[in-house]
Amino acid sequence: MNTDAKPLAIHDLTVAYQDKPVLWDIDLSVPTGVLAAIVGPNGAGKSTLIKATLGLMPVAAGTVQMFGQPYAKARQMVGYVPQRSSVDWDFPTNALDVVLMGTYGQLGWIKRPSKADREWALHCLEQVAMADFAQRQISQLSGGQQQRVFLARALAQRAQLYLMDEPFVGVDAVTERAIISLLQQLRSDGKTVICVHHDLDSAPEYFDWVALLNVRMIAAGPMKTIWTPENISQTYGGRTQNLIRGAA
Amino acid sequence: MSLFDLFSDYTLRNVALGAMVLGIVSGILGCFAVLRRQGLLGDALSHAALPGIAIAYLLTGSKAPIVLLLGAGIAGWVGTLVINRIVRDTRISEDSALGIVLSVFFGVGILLLTYIAKRNDANQAGLDRFLFGQAATLVATDVLTMSILGGLALGCLVLLYKEFKLLAFDPAFAASLGFAPNRLGILLTSLIVVAIVIGLQTVGVVLMAAMLVGPAVAARQWTHRLSVMLLLSGVFGAAAGIAGTMLSLGQQHVPTGPMIILSLTAIVAISLLFAPARGLVWAKLRQNHAINNEPRNREIQPAKGE
Repeated sequence: MNTDAKPLAIHDLTVAYQDKPVLWDIDLSVPTGVLAAIVGPNGAGKSTLIKATLGLMPVAAGTVQMFGQPYAKARQMVGYVPQRSSVDWDFPTNALDVVLMGTYGQLGWIKRPSKADREWALHCLEQVAMADFAQRQISQLSGGQQQRVFLARALAQRAQLYLMDEPFVGVDAVTERAIISLLQQLRSDGKTVICVHHDLDSAPEYFDWVALLNVRMIAAGPMKTIWTPENISQTYGGRTQNLIRGAA
Repeated sequence: MSLFDLFSDYTLRNVALGAMVLGIVSGILGCFAVLRRQGLLGDALSHAALPGIAIAYLLTGSKAPIVLLLGAGIAGWVGTLVINRIVRDTRISEDSALGIVLSVFFGVGILLLTYIAKRNDANQAGLDRFLFGQAATLVATDVLTMSILGGLALGCLVLLYKEFKLLAFDPAFAASLGFAPNRLGILLTSLIVVAIVIGLQTVGVVLMAAMLVGPAVAARQWTHRLSVMLLLSGVFGAAAGIAGTMLSLGQQHVPTGPMIILSLTAIVAISLLFAPARGLVWAKLRQNHAINNEPRNREIQPAKGE
């Protein structure tokens, strides 16, 4: 493995859905140890970018590399938090069991999780202050608690790079603070975190790196230099001047 | 008719054992179809099996169950692949794809059965028993074949339990870990085809879907754990199989397949109404209790006191 390689390097990525481009000619290179946001309007292709990066949907052109390798070879170093609404929370299982799924990738085919894996999963639940809910049926958790379970599952993956799709959607204020301090903890441990984020107000407060996306990549880099009214207005088609706060 | 008769009489024993094996296998595998919201899948695949039976007979001239069931299995499996391709390569939704495959394959099957019946072929009588099943024709070797096929399918499930659970709960996450959800899905569907093949002689292509969906729906009512749900579903399927056999082979000699399905319906109805956490009766009682204790009603009480 090339340890100097960027956690995520996307080159000329184009994704189309039934002839309509959803992502057009994306170049993105995210450095190690940042807390990055992918920001853009509805339909900008933010979630698509995450999914295409992980090979969850076909790409028309372009390459994606993680730590200098194609994703298929870098899986073990990447953790993924899908949108909470993407699964049926009435599934018959408990919180600990969902977190345990984070260890499946390293276990590989057929092999079952061991007692050590269970202890590790419980430890990951502790990290999101959910240890008391380990045996709770997942349909009986609040939206914020479900989101924390998903985060704990990603922690259980023992990754270096985390891709998260809208981790703050539909969560209460307490959970939002808990999540952001966890993400900051990951950053100070040297991990790289990339989140799809739609809230312009909190973006500059929470993240130190940003990619502004609207089908094309408008601008990407450190928050301080990229978060300008011009860039944001260009991303949102000039319609949201008064929504922007804290822009330099 | 007693339980003792059931296991001392040769015919009864085969029918009861066959229905039980079918109940266990379809009950357990059906859980995954239900949890993946593919309840209609079993219906489509069992109907899709019918032309396979007819073609197997036309090609070999044999009515040996193993030959006909092999044809059924291949046709069901082809149905699986066709559904998969339609969903992947067109804009047609999954339920429409299931509907198309169900009706087209079943139509072809009926057409072929009619053609066979009109050939004045003395040997052909009885192929239509695969429509509604004829459990009384089960012999010991049939039960053995069913047990071996079912055992293999369940063995596969035990081996890949972790993968199938992940596939059913979160296919996108499964894909991100490299567990090839498309191929896993086809494998799971193939196992369901095996369950259908097991059921064709007993309950037939038309009623088979109920054997996949019924036990799973009932079992889901009683537990919040997947492993318990699978076991309960197998038990419910087996219980319906045995109860249906006893009810049908008592004095009246009503057909076994439909009696198995009716027994299963009773289990499903009881589960939907009375299961502790999810039962409709308890939910209604809780709702009434909540209404009676609503603040609006209590506010009236001080007024009474004055």
